[in-house]
Amino acid sequence: MQRVAIVRFPGSNCDHDSLKAAHDAGLDSYYVWHRETDLKQADAVVIPGGFSYGDYLRSGAIARFSPVMSSVQQFALKGGPVLGICNGFQILCEASLLPGALMRNAGLAFLSRPVDVRIERTDTPFTSRYHVGQVIRLPVASGDGRFTAAKETLAELESEHRVVLRYVNAGAIDAEPNPNGSSREIAGICNPARNVVGIMPHPERAADLRTGSTAGADFLRSLAAPAAASAA
Amino acid sequence: MTATTPVSSSSASPFPGERPVTPAVVKEHNLNDHEYQMILKLLSRTPTLTELGIFSALWSEHCSYKHSKPILRAFPTTGPHVVQGPGENAGVLRLPDGWAVAFKIESHNHPSAVEPYQGAATGVGGILRDVFTMGARPVAVLNSLRLGPLDDPRNRYLFAGIVRGVGDYGNCVGVPTLGGEVSFAPGYSGNPLVNAMCVGLLREKDLIRAAAHGVGNVLLAVGARTGRDGIHGASFASEELSEKSEARRPQVQVGDPFTEKLLLEASLELITSGFIVAIQDMGAAGLTSSSAEMAARGGVGVELDTSLVPVRESGMTPYEILLSESQERMLVVAEPARVAAIQAICEYWELSATPVGRVTDDGLFRVIHDGLTVASIPGQQLVDDCPIYYPKAAESPDTVARRRLAPTVTPPSNEIALERLLDAPSVASKRWVFEQYDSTVQAETAIAPGGDAGVFGVPETSFGIAVTVDCNSRYVALDPYEGGKATVAEAARNIACTGAVPLGITDCLNFGNPEKPEVFFQFREACRGIADACRAFETPVTGGNVSFYNESPTGAIDPTPTIGMIGLLRDLTKRVTSHFSRPGDRIAIIGTTRGHLGGSSYWAEVLSCVGGAPPPIDLLAERQLQRFLAAAANQRLLQSAHDTSDGGLAVALAEACIGGPYANSTIGASLDCAAYGTGLPDDALLFGEDGARLVVSCHPDNSVALEQLAAECQVPLTFVGRVAAASDLSITLRNTIVRWDVARLRQIYMNAIPRRMRQAPLVSPEEGP
Repeated sequence: MQRVAIVRFPGSNCDHDSLKAAHDAGLDSYYVWHRETDLKQADAVVIPGGFSYGDYLRSGAIARFSPVMSSVQQFALKGGPVLGICNGFQILCEASLLPGALMRNAGLAFLSRPVDVRIERTDTPFTSRYHVGQVIRLPVASGDGRFTAAKETLAELESEHRVVLRYVNAGAIDAEPNPNGSSREIAGICNPARNVVGIMPHPERAADLRTGSTAGADFLRSLAAPAAASAA
Repeated sequence: MTATTPVSSSSASPFPGERPVTPAVVKEHNLNDHEYQMILKLLSRTPTLTELGIFSALWSEHCSYKHSKPILRAFPTTGPHVVQGPGENAGVLRLPDGWAVAFKIESHNHPSAVEPYQGAATGVGGILRDVFTMGARPVAVLNSLRLGPLDDPRNRYLFAGIVRGVGDYGNCVGVPTLGGEVSFAPGYSGNPLVNAMCVGLLREKDLIRAAAHGVGNVLLAVGARTGRDGIHGASFASEELSEKSEARRPQVQVGDPFTEKLLLEASLELITSGFIVAIQDMGAAGLTSSSAEMAARGGVGVELDTSLVPVRESGMTPYEILLSESQERMLVVAEPARVAAIQAICEYWELSATPVGRVTDDGLFRVIHDGLTVASIPGQQLVDDCPIYYPKAAESPDTVARRRLAPTVTPPSNEIALERLLDAPSVASKRWVFEQYDSTVQAETAIAPGGDAGVFGVPETSFGIAVTVDCNSRYVALDPYEGGKATVAEAARNIACTGAVPLGITDCLNFGNPEKPEVFFQFREACRGIADACRAFETPVTGGNVSFYNESPTGAIDPTPTIGMIGLLRDLTKRVTSHFSRPGDRIAIIGTTRGHLGGSSYWAEVLSCVGGAPPPIDLLAERQLQRFLAAAANQRLLQSAHDTSDGGLAVALAEACIGGPYANSTIGASLDCAAYGTGLPDDALLFGEDGARLVVSCHPDNSVALEQLAAECQVPLTFVGRVAAASDLSITLRNTIVRWDVARLRQIYMNAIPRRMRQAPLVSPEEGP
């Protein structure tokens, strides 16, 4: 069974949800506290959402200096799969494992609602069970969700096919398709080696049939049982 | 000396530099002559300033319930599911499989009136702590807000700040907001209401109560340091708001949700570790009330050494340390041998745990500071002997006159009337509000805000919990008794619409100054209504909060007894939502339509008449309706169920067609009411507000079974039409057909609040930029 380390910072609040979703996906999931440096033979790392250190300076800005992050850096550089969700995405950007930054939402307020996102790439460890072009509905819940990067970086992300998820208009009548004003409707990206993925929506909140949706379950299932490699 | 025999106080010395206690100082502490005489008698000497501060806090309305206790005793508080009734930090009800639910609602009105963001944020923080001190993990928050009309920039400023404060705090701690209500009326200008409810889950065996035991045990202050914020918050909450209240802004506490999250995890770990005897939030009146109340519950004395309390700034006096309402602090009682283990748990969560006192056998509430005894008060009497008042109650002649009022303006067409109702911020979609609250964290949300009640799953079980907060303050203002009943009935209908069975309530009773006979009449009668309804529904009152003195220079607020209700949904997958979803489904009106317009939203919002007698509530019919809904949901007969309340049938039908906040399309409905509601004027049929009514839809194959079930439950059911694919709501009346474009209705309904809030001032309009 694959081992997944769920990194907890003071202020993480999607840690339980991620642990459970990983467990339900058939993964051996466990917590690693931010002061620890041993990832305990992890096969993958998830940095869950929340408000690490209260996000008081800037979302994710303090978490990157936690002892655990140097281990995550090394793990990522060796090609280990790392998924950052919401605040986890912000932390990965602050830690320079992913390019760009997540700025205040265009609406200047926290935004919690379902969004429709299109799977752009299936050649990452977390999206292999989806189809390219597949549209799924996932919750977002963030104040700083607007992905921004330098023009050249955005061009690079596109040309290297590193945009993994994009906000799309799939039907919600009067809700803005791009919920936070992200550049190029970007909802998730990966690094050049494609092992580090950051996404704003919360797939772990749509992974239980009891509460209505399993649209996000395949992010962690992809890790447990990847689909056969496809061309995308 | 045992704790049960009355104890006399020993001596106490003034803290160096403190003011002498004079009549002016006593008055400043909101204590009247009678109360001061009682203090002199109790102590057999003049109190020190520190002692006066302690009495002022514990004998404030907020802590002592001195005007409300006799009335609250009439609430039903027992039942087979009740694990913990009123008197603890939160009420607790039993759930299946060893689970229990802890819940409580509380007000933070006065702080929010002068500092909306922090006032509302710390209101959420306080109610979260009330729930996790019981050993329960908070899994849902709800809130009930009341504001003045949004055309006034100050009300927009307050509304924006309150919503942001509620959101930022709850979002950071990671507790989903699953419901709430917001309503606007002139009476709340200058005195907005912020009521926050928290719901937590625990294993019943892990329940912990806040009673100090064991002479020699240690008191530890856990969490944030103590600062000068919030001093005398409890007594601030116990006076009327005035122009001078702005000067109270420094008394508003400042919240730190990040520390709260750590405190939450540390507290739950401490409770399950078995290392602690008791734990209580340092909430209103801070260290004073938490220690005095825990001691009184356990029948013991306590000695605090305020010089040991970790403080944020030097030079704090014992008076300030005792009365500070700095947030994110807990008081823990433990055996001395456990202190090191407790400190280790707290240290992991990056919090301090500092011994600040001990449990004693002399029954005294004693405070020392650097070796000097600055307060020494018989503890049980301090908590229990606050004078109880039985104020005069008399209905205001003005209310009697308002009940006889009727509109004088000519009604617009029914088409326009519905549009105006959907554009009224009290009726319109609250999406602008709940989008600012995380409603899906914890990944158990089954019905998110925007329907009748929120529903969440209980982890690793097949059941769920439905939650709602409700109050129709216009009904209560016009007829407190019927309004009190109506409020509980509406909450129960909202719960029942999801398929859940109502289990119990918590209440937040917001009223004006109880020393005014017309206010006390409202309070007494509304409570009588709540009690009668709770008895009829077998939904005991498990706790709550009384907030008096909600008055500003413009007068008292509308009486607002907010009800928070919990319901059990045995099978989470059988939940029912509010909106029509399948063209061809049959639509039925459940209940009896009497066309009652007194107190209605139609009169208030469309015809500018806040008057008339609100509908009398038939509690038996309500109970039958609740049983019918639970059975219908259990047999999976319903496609949707939606309560008919504000704006009557027309608004309920429009909302069912408009769909949820993120619907992919609107849907239509075609109804024939030509033979329905015999003899009623069209507007009374469309907009009348009668209790015990719903709009439901079902698959045509289920209509016979649904009719049979309704007959068995003695609930009137009339099929009146079908869900339609076209975006058109049409209702055939006796002599005419009324028709609306649902897409247009949706636009009005969704934009009513956002379009008014587009120019929300970020700073108080009086202050300027």
